Amino acid sequence: MRNVRLIARLDIKGPNLIKGIHLEGLRIIGSPAEHALRYYKQGVDELLYMDNVASLYGRNHLGDLLRLAANNIFVPMTVGGGIRSVDDATLILRAGADKVAINTAAVSNPKLITDIACRFGSQCVVLSIEAKQIAPQRWEVYTDNGRERTGLDVIDWVKHGTSMGAGEILLTSVDREGTRKGFDIDLVRTVTAEVSVPVIASGGMGRAEDCVVVARDGDADAVAMADILHYKRATIGEIRAHAKAAGLGVRDYE
Amino acid sequence: MSKPRVIVIDCGIGNLLSVQRGLEHCGAEVVLTSEPDVVLVAKRVVLPGVGAFANAMQALQERNLVPAIQALAKQGTPLLGICLGMQLLLDESEEFVVTRGLGLIPGRVVPLAMQATSGASQKVPHIGWSGLVPAEEGADWQGTLLQDNGSGEAAYFLHSFMAVPADPRHRLADCIYGGRRVSAAIARDHITGCQFHPEKSGEVGLRILRRFCAD
Repeated sequence: MRNVRLIARLDIKGPNLIKGIHLEGLRIIGSPAEHALRYYKQGVDELLYMDNVASLYGRNHLGDLLRLAANNIFVPMTVGGGIRSVDDATLILRAGADKVAINTAAVSNPKLITDIACRFGSQCVVLSIEAKQIAPQRWEVYTDNGRERTGLDVIDWVKHGTSMGAGEILLTSVDREGTRKGFDIDLVRTVTAEVSVPVIASGGMGRAEDCVVVARDGDADAVAMADILHYKRATIGEIRAHAKAAGLGVRDYE
Repeated sequence: MSKPRVIVIDCGIGNLLSVQRGLEHCGAEVVLTSEPDVVLVAKRVVLPGVGAFANAMQALQERNLVPAIQALAKQGTPLLGICLGMQLLLDESEEFVVTRGLGLIPGRVVPLAMQATSGASQKVPHIGWSGLVPAEEGADWQGTLLQDNGSGEAAYFLHSFMAVPADPRHRLADCIYGGRRVSAAIARDHITGCQFHPEKSGEVGLRILRRFCAD
């Protein structure tokens, strides 16, 4: 049985950890470094840093934050937001990241996926997709934190992106993000049925049981969570214990 | 007491910082180098690696590092290959085109199966935490870099290809992926390879790095 990964998602704006609803209305939570270390000590499987405003300004501030995190955090780190070139990816990986997540730049230039995969391997390239439901069983790809429509169908884009070399999908439901209403199971299940690469479900985790449902019914390989951890509504350890008791495969951690 | 010195081979690709910080956390003084002369006189060497097999071999060749690394094996210098660095220890890889490796541990690198033994399709790359179990005909962990680890402890994997040593005695630990055994750690004399990332596997991995720095 595969182990479902429990991922802490840290949305970053400038020096701050932030959290929004539907990726908007951002509130400052606190210091990214303190939260990241707390999640590491709780036994998180992976950290996901997303620079929320980087793609608007074409920059990424996470380098210093990552270098600092690399001093005392020894789990994988994925970084997204504002990565527009192989050089950007190189800098982020050299600062301590293991994978880069690309969204806006991949939509405008899908070949970027291939270029990064050729240099660092597909396992380093996460295709980040912001999905909004537009009809029953239909979702559209958005960029820039759910602000910009692309006209792309999520399923078509997932197929195209993986054929270009993406080794993993970060699938964020803009509709559910920050709502605590649970994951968009239909969306996750539809995507996982289409691809042979791992899929991270993101957006909507309100309680530990949501993680179990999206892994069991949506076939998610990993679950990203933010709000539930940031507001201390549950610890990684509690979520892990709940998932295990529900029969889900998770990493043993004590 | 002076810190143990570890040379990390730097070919300019991927995340070396985490390897460096992991080793430093375990008490080492770390030197990144692409100089064969520095490698040759090292007490301990780590060969990390991210990317494609052929590119990595080419990067080592361009820097004239292949003979230096091969000399380490003859000298009995402890060498730890991580992820792609582990795969490079073998004779050859089937990734894209068949490419010769360092040939320090007999065997080949082949793609992970796309289908589980159950018949279900299997996710590739293998990304995530899997338990380390002793290899079936493999060596005892006592006296190896895994001696402080217990069977079943999970480590972090991120790979699409796997090492298949020709001699089962060179298999140290496996993980189970899609119902099959996949080489997680291999060893021959002073040479060890980890398919997983010890620098990304929390305390489980740090114990391995600590042992490497202490030996």
